[in-house]
Amino acid sequence: MTTPHPSLSAAEIERLKAPARRDNIYRILSYFSPLLLLLLWEIAAQAGAIDRRFFPPPSAIAGTAWQMIVSLELFEHIGATLRRVWIGYAIGAVPGVLLGLVLGLSAPLRRVFGPIFAALYPVPKIAILPLILLIFGVGDASKFVVIAIGVFFLMFYNTLGGVMQIPQIYLDVARNAGATRFQTFRRIALPSALPSIFTGLKVAAGSSYIIIAAAEFLGARSGVGFFIWASWQTFAVSRMFVGIVVISAMGYFTILLLEALERRFVPWAKH
Amino acid sequence: MSPTATQLGRNPVPADAAIEVRDLVKAFYDAGGDRITLATTGVNFSVKRGEFVCIVGPSGCGKTTVLRILAGLETLLSGEVRIESATPPAMVFQEASVLPWLTVSQNVAFPLSLKGVSRQKQRERVGELLALTGLTEFADAYPHQLSGGMKQRVSVARALVDDRDVLLMDEPFGALDEQTRLTLQQELLGIWERTGKTVVFITHSVDEALTLADRVLVMSPRPGTIVADLAVPFERPRDVVEMRRDKRFWDLTYEVWRLLAASPEH
Repeated sequence: MTTPHPSLSAAEIERLKAPARRDNIYRILSYFSPLLLLLLWEIAAQAGAIDRRFFPPPSAIAGTAWQMIVSLELFEHIGATLRRVWIGYAIGAVPGVLLGLVLGLSAPLRRVFGPIFAALYPVPKIAILPLILLIFGVGDASKFVVIAIGVFFLMFYNTLGGVMQIPQIYLDVARNAGATRFQTFRRIALPSALPSIFTGLKVAAGSSYIIIAAAEFLGARSGVGFFIWASWQTFAVSRMFVGIVVISAMGYFTILLLEALERRFVPWAKH
Repeated sequence: MSPTATQLGRNPVPADAAIEVRDLVKAFYDAGGDRITLATTGVNFSVKRGEFVCIVGPSGCGKTTVLRILAGLETLLSGEVRIESATPPAMVFQEASVLPWLTVSQNVAFPLSLKGVSRQKQRERVGELLALTGLTEFADAYPHQLSGGMKQRVSVARALVDDRDVLLMDEPFGALDEQTRLTLQQELLGIWERTGKTVVFITHSVDEALTLADRVLVMSPRPGTIVADLAVPFERPRDVVEMRRDKRFWDLTYEVWRLLAASPEH
């Protein structure tokens, strides 16, 4: 409303709007607060207050990053990592969601087969990486597998939780409307579980980048994780920081993408 | 001879009955406490084709259970339930049963879409029902944008969309404020008069039962059984406000309350 209310004075309107205006200022400042940290870092590094061997100033890191961008070296590593993450992610997520839906809808299947998943889930994915490297070799296949395993369990448990929280009344509605088993699955269980599935997709994306970094440390000739590890071996600390920033940004943009998809596909949920 | 057959022999079934319930018993087993709870016992009633019947009773008396058995959502322990209809009964549920991921018109179309009715036919039929229930301008809204009264209108429209003969309503207006409830009662009466459905309507409100029904069945507390079957004499079409000037309305209110109060607590 931009038209002033006739019975309110200008001063009263000002007073009403003041808190909203203050909120706006805080929001704008919040975008810049991380930059303050970088600025302090830069000053401290330049002044010699922190050890430049471990914490090169952000300007030096930016310079290294620029060289790597110009030489296209950075994009090769980003491409290799992205390919591994997304293929592994897809291989893990699809069966995770499907099995989560099936076991969520069927109490007998859940009772009988649930313990298998419960027993395997706590195994740290990094701990089985050497085994996977042994079986699948040091190529991309082993990366797909280790990410798929991590993603599978997260998607399975998030979907299962989502399906089990479906209000009974929705299932009654479907039954009364004459839905078949498959229709109940497709038209009720899947949409009801979608908010939980998206939570799972976001958590799984975050954990995929953790797993791929570790996997590329140990057995890879390319990728951002390999590049961080190789920089450590040559004590190229600026390059190492570039790698850390890049892999963080990849995770961040993946989450942003998933959130945009969530707004598109779950328009009924409050965001 | 089985007890069911004996009972049927004593109570001849009316020829024009749409619903027949004989000696219905329902019990639940609680595995944790190793306890059996009798929900209803010996429930007997019949509903004529095109009749509007309300079942009133205290909460927990098993009236919702009876309705869910009629709808085929729960199984009975013993007794007999017969529904003389070519189509299974349609149900309007107690709470918000509107599917939150579908728009109003998609919710109303839901039963049709399951049966593979063509989009064109769906659109036509949904348009009719949205007009009937006053939802036309909310066709593309999502349920979270609607008031409680609007959501229940969607439930009613969805139950009517595939034109089944029997309508089962489980306290559909229970969560609404009194004014909205009165409006929806008036609308429901209008819809019923036009469509001629057989309706079984569950409520805990004596007032609502008398406003809507041809007959009121009064249930006892758990284990529920029908303790009275009262005819409601008001002429149709009814005006839900004007009815309240009729002395018979208050006499019947008193009568039903007396029956509810007389039923012993278990």
